[in-house]
Amino acid sequence: MIVLKGIGVFSDISFGTLLIKTDINEGISKIHVNDTEQELQKYYLAKNSACEQIRSLYEEALQKFGTSEADIFATHEMMLKDKDFENTVLDIIKNQKLNAEYAVLQTSKQFSEIFLNMNDEYMRERANDVKDVSCRLINCIQGKKEIREKNIENCIISATDLTPSEVSELHKQGVKGFVLSEGSACSHASIISKVLKIPSVVALREQLKPEYNNQKVIVDGISGIVYIDPDEITIREMSKKKAQNDEQKNLLSSLKGKENITKDGIKINIFANLNSPEEIDEVLQNDSGGIGLFRSEFLYLNRNSLPTEDEQFEIYKGIVRKMGSKKVIIRTIDIGSDKRVNYLNLSKEINPAMGCRGIRLCFEHPEIFITQLCAIYRASVFGNISIMFPMIISLEEVAEIKKYIKEAKNRLSERGIEFFPNVPIGIMIETPASVFISDELAKEVDFFSIGTNDLTQYSLAIDRQNGKVNHMFNMHHKSIMRMIKMVVDNAHQNGIWVGVCGELASDESFIEKFLSIGVDELSVSPSYILSTRKKITEINISEIKDNILKNI
Amino acid sequence: MKFFKYIIQSENGLHARPAGLLVKAASEFESKIQIYKGDDIKKFDEGILKSADAKGLFSLMGLNLKKGETFTLIANGSDEKEAVLKLEKFIKEDLHL
Repeated sequence: MIVLKGIGVFSDISFGTLLIKTDINEGISKIHVNDTEQELQKYYLAKNSACEQIRSLYEEALQKFGTSEADIFATHEMMLKDKDFENTVLDIIKNQKLNAEYAVLQTSKQFSEIFLNMNDEYMRERANDVKDVSCRLINCIQGKKEIREKNIENCIISATDLTPSEVSELHKQGVKGFVLSEGSACSHASIISKVLKIPSVVALREQLKPEYNNQKVIVDGISGIVYIDPDEITIREMSKKKAQNDEQKNLLSSLKGKENITKDGIKINIFANLNSPEEIDEVLQNDSGGIGLFRSEFLYLNRNSLPTEDEQFEIYKGIVRKMGSKKVIIRTIDIGSDKRVNYLNLSKEINPAMGCRGIRLCFEHPEIFITQLCAIYRASVFGNISIMFPMIISLEEVAEIKKYIKEAKNRLSERGIEFFPNVPIGIMIETPASVFISDELAKEVDFFSIGTNDLTQYSLAIDRQNGKVNHMFNMHHKSIMRMIKMVVDNAHQNGIWVGVCGELASDESFIEKFLSIGVDELSVSPSYILSTRKKITEINISEIKDNILKNI
Repeated sequence: MKFFKYIIQSENGLHARPAGLLVKAASEFESKIQIYKGDDIKKFDEGILKSADAKGLFSLMGLNLKKGETFTLIANGSDEKEAVLKLEKFIKEDLHL
């Protein structure tokens, strides 16, 4: 199996047989002619039929896709009719006494150069349009029909680059994907294949070897990867990935923009967990209502020094802006000695899960904490930010946090930096201690977020990493549900809302329970948002609520 | 000779689509219509500045005019006055260039 990486163009996967396409210009030779009149005639006739072809492609594109795609062909027509272009062709035929197809080829090269020398990717791509028009002209001169190869249905075409006309034509013939060594995400060929929904990988930066011809190939347009002669495991994985992708797309088309509402009208927010900034596009594509858990740890991991306030600010700002008016809940740094953050020199602990982590680590390292708070408050003017603190066990900790917040605000004011003063403050409920004093904690904060993984681990006293006991790690344990109910009741009595952001939130078997208990928000991985929404719309809470609450 | 100066506002600069439309519009006139990159009129005569025939797509796109850059359109001929008036309006209001 050979694996090649490029840029994915349309987010889908196709399977097919590889067909390597050779450049159409190969095999055009320079021929001296005596009868230049005849060559000129050939050129004019070819120009007319090329023009007709382009016009019908224009009409077709206009009906099928819209103006901007059709405009590609309008540009082609103008290039074909351009006086400078034509004069160059005529000049070569008349004065150099050469054959028409060679004259077009030479002119094509000369005019492509204009664009290829520009320092702008869009303009460089236009060289391909010149080539497209010229190929069409040459085909017409030679009396060839459109490029039609034998039975290429279900083939994946590999080429250096393709012209928009070729992409369009090959699609009509049933081609399943493209693998291009050149091109870019904004070439016309890429634009057309996106519109035609053909998975493609472009800009591989290497030519496929001739011996790959007729091999099995998988084009993964999602990740921009091409597998030539894939092994059984890859075929299985890719089939699975395609099935998931198809399901996700179906869900998306049927559920995008819909509310998360049960049959009997109970609404709930579905937010996304964000593990790294790259996931933001996925969050938006899946129609998330907000970010329920922004794990800020990624800012601190895999590096050699602490992130500066400016660095953090830029990242928070970028994400908050992309989310617009939607809520973004940033959880402050939650690391402990089990995470390898070498530059912090954290001493080894026998039981890091119960050691100096989360808010405890922040109190140990006040400067790290204040720097992060300053960065978050600075970003607060760019969108809808909330802050949430991990590993809380006491009211004193909340009071201490508020002191740090005050200090951060003072520092920003002194520096004359703008911030939003009333950022909502929430805490993670992930220790049994916080559950049992949630009535008092609720008076001090604006929201709760229940972290079900840690809450289960601490309640059942089971280390998930420990193979001897992890089979007993049971999130369905009645105690967990009772605790969640207690937290929700205490929160609602004090007028604050509660989210669930652990693994349980995306477990479909729990959605009915959470809705019955009255959880206000679920924060799940981006890819689970729509399936969770689907599940919610199929539930009738009034029918099941009593029974569920009785069994808690 | 009539002329006007214009600063490109469009994010994409003089792309294929607006260039094509401009070529069509310019071709309606008898006058010779040229576009120069820049706005220093004196330099036009000296042939220092890059110029393009507004009736030729390749010529026009060859200028590679980007956002923030200034160009000067010059018309020479029987309908030069009308050409300058109409083309300026077209560039501003129809092309949003």
